[in-house]
Amino acid sequence: MKRTVPLMIVLVGGVLMIIQYFIPHRISQDIFDNYTIWVPIIGAFALALGVGSLTRLHGHKVRNKAPNWPYSLAVLLPIYLMPIFAFFVPVSFGGGMDEPGFYHFAFMHIQVPIQSTMFSILAFYIASAAFRAFRAKSVLATILLLTAVIVMMGQVPIGELLGSWFPKLGLWIIDFPNNAAKRAIGLGVGFGILATQLKIIFGVERNWLGGAGE
Amino acid sequence: MYETIGIWTAAIFTLAVYSFLYKENPLYRLGEHLVVGISTGYFIVVTYEQVLKPRLIDPIANDGEYILFIPALLGLLYITRFFPKIAWLSRYPMAFIMGTSMGVGFPLSMKASVLRQLEATILPLYSAGMPWQIVVGNVVLVLGTLAALIYFFFSKPHKGPFFGTGSKIGIWVIMIGFGATFGFTVMGRISLLIGRIQFLLNDWLGVIK
Repeated sequence: MKRTVPLMIVLVGGVLMIIQYFIPHRISQDIFDNYTIWVPIIGAFALALGVGSLTRLHGHKVRNKAPNWPYSLAVLLPIYLMPIFAFFVPVSFGGGMDEPGFYHFAFMHIQVPIQSTMFSILAFYIASAAFRAFRAKSVLATILLLTAVIVMMGQVPIGELLGSWFPKLGLWIIDFPNNAAKRAIGLGVGFGILATQLKIIFGVERNWLGGAGE
Repeated sequence: MYETIGIWTAAIFTLAVYSFLYKENPLYRLGEHLVVGISTGYFIVVTYEQVLKPRLIDPIANDGEYILFIPALLGLLYITRFFPKIAWLSRYPMAFIMGTSMGVGFPLSMKASVLRQLEATILPLYSAGMPWQIVVGNVVLVLGTLAALIYFFFSKPHKGPFFGTGSKIGIWVIMIGFGATFGFTVMGRISLLIGRIQFLLNDWLGVIK
């Protein structure tokens, strides 16, 4: 019951879904349609697991006044306030920047700026990492460095000022040699995905079972 | 008024995150924790509005589709993770999702990650009226993909004219790919940085137009 039944569910579900793809019949279409309805519903409940887990972790910190516990309140309060405000003050998802209400305010004026600033901060770290790592010590490192410089210069006005061929060369590199590398890596990844999917369906790969109840 | 408070709040949190460049501080940590809380709260609302309500609650309440209780009950089994004695029940919804997703994904992955990639690589190197840079590009694309694949082929030693030379050219192609990806990523981050600086100088301080 603990391991065999879940493995059987995976096997039957996996094989059934592979077969339905190759049989264009009303029954197989019905199976697929139900799948597209059922899976998001089941997946949605996984969010409850995540929220419960976060609540337990941060609730524990707040209760025990653990070091830095006020930050846990900064996690817990919005988790519960966002839905409360959204459900009591009607929400339109296309509200944009100027729709009043805490839900939109928190998302548009706290979440979005923090998140985009966090991503932009990586510009500094990438630059400093590049400064330390990008030394033209070998042929391969020089190729990497030159390609990065050409692609970057090709996208800024100064590149075009240096020569109209700069942006064109940058685009050519992105379209051809870069695509060749990506395609080879993509094919490798693709075969890896296929192998992993088969391993999971046939129960060779069982890590997803975790250790619950063992 | 609402807009002004919004801009000031966004500006304060933007500066709070940038303050991390100096060193970690309480304001940065507050922002970091708020992101986790707000995004989780946001996803609860989005999940309810876009999944649970239209796909589960409304069909059961309005159309009497009681069969949807089955996925709902399966989903509820996730919660058993919190009770160690029955935690193993949470494997059932996971098994359903894993099995069906792997099954649906298998032919799709075969198509998108393998067949389409191969199809896009099998192309005419030259046709009448094709500019020379495209012809060179096509040759680089086809031979480069083959060479990079040889580099990843570990069942044969990388020696001799085919495997040895092929894997050498392959690593060159891969390095060009990494360089281009790096350049692209840097430019993406820089454009985000410019966006934030523009927000601070234009929307907040109003010193540039």
